[in-house]
Amino acid sequence: MLAWTIYISFLGAAAMFLLPKGSVALARILALLTAVAGFALALTAFVQHRSGEMLTVTRVPWIPSLGIEYHLAADGISLALILLTGIVAVTGILFSWDIDHRTKEFFAFYLVLIGAVYGVFLSYDLFLLFVFYEIVIIPKYFLIAIWGSTRREYGAMKLVLYSFVGSAMVLVGLIAAYVVSGSQSMSLGDLAGYPFSPHFQMFAFPLVFVGFGILAGLWPFHTWAPTGHVAAPTAASMLLAGVVMKLGAYGCLRVAMTLFPLGLVTPWNHHVLGLGSWRGVFALLAVVGIIYGALVALVQKDFKFVIGYSSVSHMGFILLGLMTLNQIGLSGAIVQMFSHGILAGLLFAVVGRMVYARTHTRELAALGPMSLNHVIPFAAVAFVIAGMASMGLPGFSGFVAELMILVGAWHAFPLLAVCVGIGIVIGVVYVWRAMQKAFFAESRNEPASPEHPLPPISLPERLGAIILIGASVLVGVYPQLLLNIIVPALNSPLFDGLRKGSWQ
Amino acid sequence: MSTFPIPMLTILTALPIVGALVVFALGKNRARWSALAFSFAALLLTLVLWFHFDAASGALQFQETRSWIAPLAVDYHVGIDGLGLLMLLLSAIVVPIGMAASSQIQQRVPLYYSLILLLQACLFGTFTAQNFFHFFLFWELSLVPAFFLIKLWGGPRSTKAATQFLVYTMVGSVAMLLTFLALFLATHTFDFAQLAALAQNGQLMPAVVDKLAWHRFTPQHVALILFAGAFLGLAVKVPLVPFHTWLPAAYAEAPTGTTILLTGAMSKMGVYGFLRILLPIFFPQMQMVLTPLLWLAVATIVLSAYAALAQKDLKRILAYSSINHLGYCMLAIFAIAKFTGGDADLTAEKQAAMSGVFLQMFNHGLTASALFWFVAMLEKRTGGLRGLDDFGGLRKVAPVFTGLMGIALFSSLGLPGLNGFIGEFLIFKGSFPLVAWATSLAVLGLLTTALFTLGILQRVFSGPLNEKWRAFPDLTIGERLALAPAIGLMFALGLYPQLVLAAIDSTVIQIVQQLRF
Amino acid sequence: MIAINHAQIDYAQLLQLVWPEIILVAAALIAVAVDLLLLRKQTPRLRFAVAASLGSLGCVAAILRLVLAPVQANILDGTLIANPLVRLVQIAVLALTIFILLLSVDSKFTRHVGEFVLLVLIATTGMMFLVASQDLLVIFISLELLSLSLYILAAFSKRSLQSWEAALKYFLFGGMSAAFLLFGFSLLYGLSNSTSLLAIAGAIHSPSLNPLLVIAIVTTTIGLGFKVAAAPFHFWAPDVYQGAPAPSAAFIASASKVASFFIFFQLAVLGFAGAEGTAALPHIVRGWVPVLALVAAVSMLLGNLVAITQSSLRRLLAYSAVAHAGYMLLAIVAHSQQSLAALLYYVITYALATIGAFAVIAVVEEHKGSDQLSNFDGLARQAPVLSFGLAIFILSLAGIPPLAGFFGKFYLFVTVLQSSKSLLWLVVLAIAMSAVSLYYYLKVLKRMYVAALPPDAGQFESPVLSQVLVAALAAAVVLLGCAPHLLLRWIEAALQASGL
Repeated sequence: MLAWTIYISFLGAAAMFLLPKGSVALARILALLTAVAGFALALTAFVQHRSGEMLTVTRVPWIPSLGIEYHLAADGISLALILLTGIVAVTGILFSWDIDHRTKEFFAFYLVLIGAVYGVFLSYDLFLLFVFYEIVIIPKYFLIAIWGSTRREYGAMKLVLYSFVGSAMVLVGLIAAYVVSGSQSMSLGDLAGYPFSPHFQMFAFPLVFVGFGILAGLWPFHTWAPTGHVAAPTAASMLLAGVVMKLGAYGCLRVAMTLFPLGLVTPWNHHVLGLGSWRGVFALLAVVGIIYGALVALVQKDFKFVIGYSSVSHMGFILLGLMTLNQIGLSGAIVQMFSHGILAGLLFAVVGRMVYARTHTRELAALGPMSLNHVIPFAAVAFVIAGMASMGLPGFSGFVAELMILVGAWHAFPLLAVCVGIGIVIGVVYVWRAMQKAFFAESRNEPASPEHPLPPISLPERLGAIILIGASVLVGVYPQLLLNIIVPALNSPLFDGLRKGSWQ
Repeated sequence: MSTFPIPMLTILTALPIVGALVVFALGKNRARWSALAFSFAALLLTLVLWFHFDAASGALQFQETRSWIAPLAVDYHVGIDGLGLLMLLLSAIVVPIGMAASSQIQQRVPLYYSLILLLQACLFGTFTAQNFFHFFLFWELSLVPAFFLIKLWGGPRSTKAATQFLVYTMVGSVAMLLTFLALFLATHTFDFAQLAALAQNGQLMPAVVDKLAWHRFTPQHVALILFAGAFLGLAVKVPLVPFHTWLPAAYAEAPTGTTILLTGAMSKMGVYGFLRILLPIFFPQMQMVLTPLLWLAVATIVLSAYAALAQKDLKRILAYSSINHLGYCMLAIFAIAKFTGGDADLTAEKQAAMSGVFLQMFNHGLTASALFWFVAMLEKRTGGLRGLDDFGGLRKVAPVFTGLMGIALFSSLGLPGLNGFIGEFLIFKGSFPLVAWATSLAVLGLLTTALFTLGILQRVFSGPLNEKWRAFPDLTIGERLALAPAIGLMFALGLYPQLVLAAIDSTVIQIVQQLRF
Repeated sequence: MIAINHAQIDYAQLLQLVWPEIILVAAALIAVAVDLLLLRKQTPRLRFAVAASLGSLGCVAAILRLVLAPVQANILDGTLIANPLVRLVQIAVLALTIFILLLSVDSKFTRHVGEFVLLVLIATTGMMFLVASQDLLVIFISLELLSLSLYILAAFSKRSLQSWEAALKYFLFGGMSAAFLLFGFSLLYGLSNSTSLLAIAGAIHSPSLNPLLVIAIVTTTIGLGFKVAAAPFHFWAPDVYQGAPAPSAAFIASASKVASFFIFFQLAVLGFAGAEGTAALPHIVRGWVPVLALVAAVSMLLGNLVAITQSSLRRLLAYSAVAHAGYMLLAIVAHSQQSLAALLYYVITYALATIGAFAVIAVVEEHKGSDQLSNFDGLARQAPVLSFGLAIFILSLAGIPPLAGFFGKFYLFVTVLQSSKSLLWLVVLAIAMSAVSLYYYLKVLKRMYVAALPPDAGQFESPVLSQVLVAALAAAVVLLGCAPHLLLRWIEAALQASGL
């Protein structure tokens, strides 16, 4: 059944073209139904499959002469992310209810993107994974370039080229692994079981890790993220930051670290700047990303850029969690993937849809005098909650995730953990600053009524915001919901290599 | 009655949250009354707890334990001892007072009251938590309603004050969080009781040092750094000089109803943290730096009293007076920490000091709330004026107001017969044998407190009547009725402290015994 | 299956063997005769329709003949060969030719319809012979037959100066390359006293390379490099792609590529066996492999980088063709059985995508006057089917899954690495360059889907035939991408059966 998340999204996209001309409302409803169906399937699987073990969904030979199979499978990690995709997809459509320019095409591209994302999370065969991974790229481009705002074509092109360069690196690594292992199979399990020589892994690991890491916003390859997110229309920003960046992180874990665990930890024979292995390098880069993203977010004038850079910072947590190589850090990284997916979606929804679509400006200085907390209080409340959650306030999903990552980091890199503490503090400050400037700027007098009163927050928007907030609180209060399936997945034989390498 | 058929503490914590949602959903008109109703329901629940509490036992009661987050070894573990019970009761009393004092709030009333209820939930959550994760969750969460209460309904400089409040507290919290993460790494637990047990066995710090072998630091240093993190988080909240600078601005700018919550209940979170966390877990480190700590406590007491003397704004005076009062608690706690070995002969002193701390916390919460409530009524009558020099001779036009506020002021001063006295007395009695020099110095603060308290009485109520306030209305019947329980409680506790002492005695003994090993 | 294997010529059997070619030539003659005798007064469209149908019928008949009566033959030591592999390539060439003929139906560039079809079929005949021979002489003659036809086809738009210029350039460069090729062949003959590739391979087999052989390798590479438009022998390509009538350009870019690459592979692998050398960095050993590796690397770099700056879609495709030639040369560098399979898969799918692209270009030019990229602004609104088709072709060329171009690249790179892991540098270069290529491919898509339709642009009706053709080609590209095994299985079976 789970495989139908992919097919249903693609079918929905195809069905868009069958709709009669000008049927905007129909297109919206069709898109929503498709996304809800996908979400329902994901949720069903999530509820049914509580053990977290790898579960084969579909397996048929595809290109027998190369040993490539059409093999879909899901374990706890995939399931968590598939559920995330479902949630973000549904809410993304709710927040795109106002798209009236080329609506059908918009939702068609959107659904293709969703379908491909489901595909990546479900793929067990790495060729298949790569196919879906690349399919993601093209709809991204169009969503931004056609329906975007500020410098959209530049942002779109930059994003796509970065993604493509990243996937090119991944492709080199995958082909090399496939050839070296004797070219019998592209299955994740088979390749993970093949004992690649440490020397090979030490060159393949950084290649693939950085390749996926580019999409995960790994500093210093993150520069596509803010520009792309800012240029994108709301739903695309939500998907990009919420889900697509997770593809990168997921790839880092599922492909790079699973296939080449030794490349991660084998010490180099010499120390460069005090770093002895790739693990240290990437952990350092992750922390630099956390702090750098937070600092840059702190000085942005554009509201959406604040959120864009905050994503870089939060993705740094995920990568750091991956590098801790202990169960708590890795679980934390996956919870953080989920959490950031939800929260980035919510933040972009508030900024892009609730605020920008109404005020037509994202300049913090220009938003201040509008007294938005009086004019659109729901947006203010939603942003405050999202901001709190994103700064890691207890009770929301971000806290649990960051806490687990911090614990993992304390184990592995005590010094870096302290730096992360600084990053958290800066995170508080930039969210606070943006909130102050955008919603609560000083104006004692009653808000001057604008020439065109802002339309009130619509029902789909409210619904979308409530779904996202609810998801974040649910995971924040009862993280065991996700952990129950993530932990067994991390303990599965697939990660044996990683465990033998240096699991702590 | 340590087991109870229903999860009382969970219900208690959830009640204000539900209330917050309900109040938010109800319209403006019904918000005030429904919020008050919820707070009274919480008070009722707390009283139920109070009467079912087994005062003879110092152990945790009403415990609930459930598995929560396995990888972090976090259980949902709540429970209260005498200290927790006292704090719950205080919170439950202070919140209705804060609501009653908020009648001048006219904007976004439902939001205001739901934030207050949210804050109450955080207080309940913090005071019932038995592990750090749970504690920290509510500890941090409480900042959000507090921040917005100050910011959105506060005075002209409320944004700055709120931000300052937030930043100070947040930095402290992050430091505390890092410390507990380090402890967690070494021990794999967040549970207060387990951590305390480890600390008493002397296993805690060696384990931490073992885990975090920072080559440049000695084990002592590592332990001290960790202590410093936790200390910072709590000291900011109490606050101790020199981490106090956020407080006067925040108290003064916040709407008075909110100030009541801040001073009456939230400041107790810091002291509570000292008792629940620092004293059992970090006492060896406290001993190492005891002299500086005592100096901090003395400075807090004396300097804040002097600072109060220099203020012109009633709210600021009361704010500094709050710092001063909680300084006594700090002094007593540090004093208790001085001797933790087998000094059986000092047990009585320690128990006295500890009881004093408990009483002082409760009394200060009650008295300060009442005082700010009076300020709120003053503001309501004067349209926001509350300068020391704006008044004069109010005694003549508003004798009841003067009399009742006088009682509260004398309680704050520590007049025997009123509730403020017994706490301070026990603290001084217990601390003097333990740390004579610091206690002696602290007496200076006591004297200065008398000065500024009497100053208020004199400049506001005595002297020639300021003609402006010729038509100053006295307290209405409703206000008098509302105030009556609070004033009554002041007398009751002053005359019969056993009312509270009975409930906390076993806990005091328990805590003091824990420190002897 | 009829098996013929003789050192002696038996004309009856030869006839048996060349039936498909005979059918083609007959069809060509019939087409030209019908056109000139019966249809002179009719509209060009009708004439094209009839002539193209006749030509296509001829191709279909030839394919049927190849499929239904397969021959296994090797006449006169490889002078003419028939085996499953050759048959596969021939069928592919014939199928592509059908597409070209159908594509020309809607064009208006000439009134010499019969002659056009004739030349296309003659060129196809040339290709049929070209791929069916392992003998230098036949190879050269059929190559010239092909080339001369293509020169004329390139010039077919008589009223267009651009077409003339392109044809002239093509002819001059082509003549020169033919001279190089002939020079190389003569050296090979001198070295081995034979024109048979196998015999040559036997003769040149020695540990150290004869300097003359080096010259022969280089000149042969130049000659064939010209045919496949590899840098730096690609100078004709942009002009011809741009100047030639769309069907001719598509023909040059597709069917002729398939035949040329196949024969390039055969020539290198069979003829120069024993003189491979290696291209493994840093231990390069002299031979044809490093020469081709160098050409491939230069082609990939130059093609992709220059394509970025183009403003005409045809020129862009020309430079991208240079780049693709670079990728495909990697298969020859790898010279393994799998890499031949990968090469065939790649070149066939590439040809499909290219024809499709030219089909769309032809329609756009018809309505907007030129193939400038700006003319594609907002095309998606005017011609949704064509735009969607072009998007598929372009993305396939860019190597985006699940389109055929992606699997082509993937399989190619896998086989290259399988043959020698030390070729990794070439694979890395190729993948890096294909990332670069996405930039200019996306520019085309951006024009169609993102850019606004110019206000003065009117609506236009896309010809139904073009739409059907484009849709069919797009479907083929998608299908082969999603299920590469459909084609791959066939190629691999042919390779097995031919024992190459």
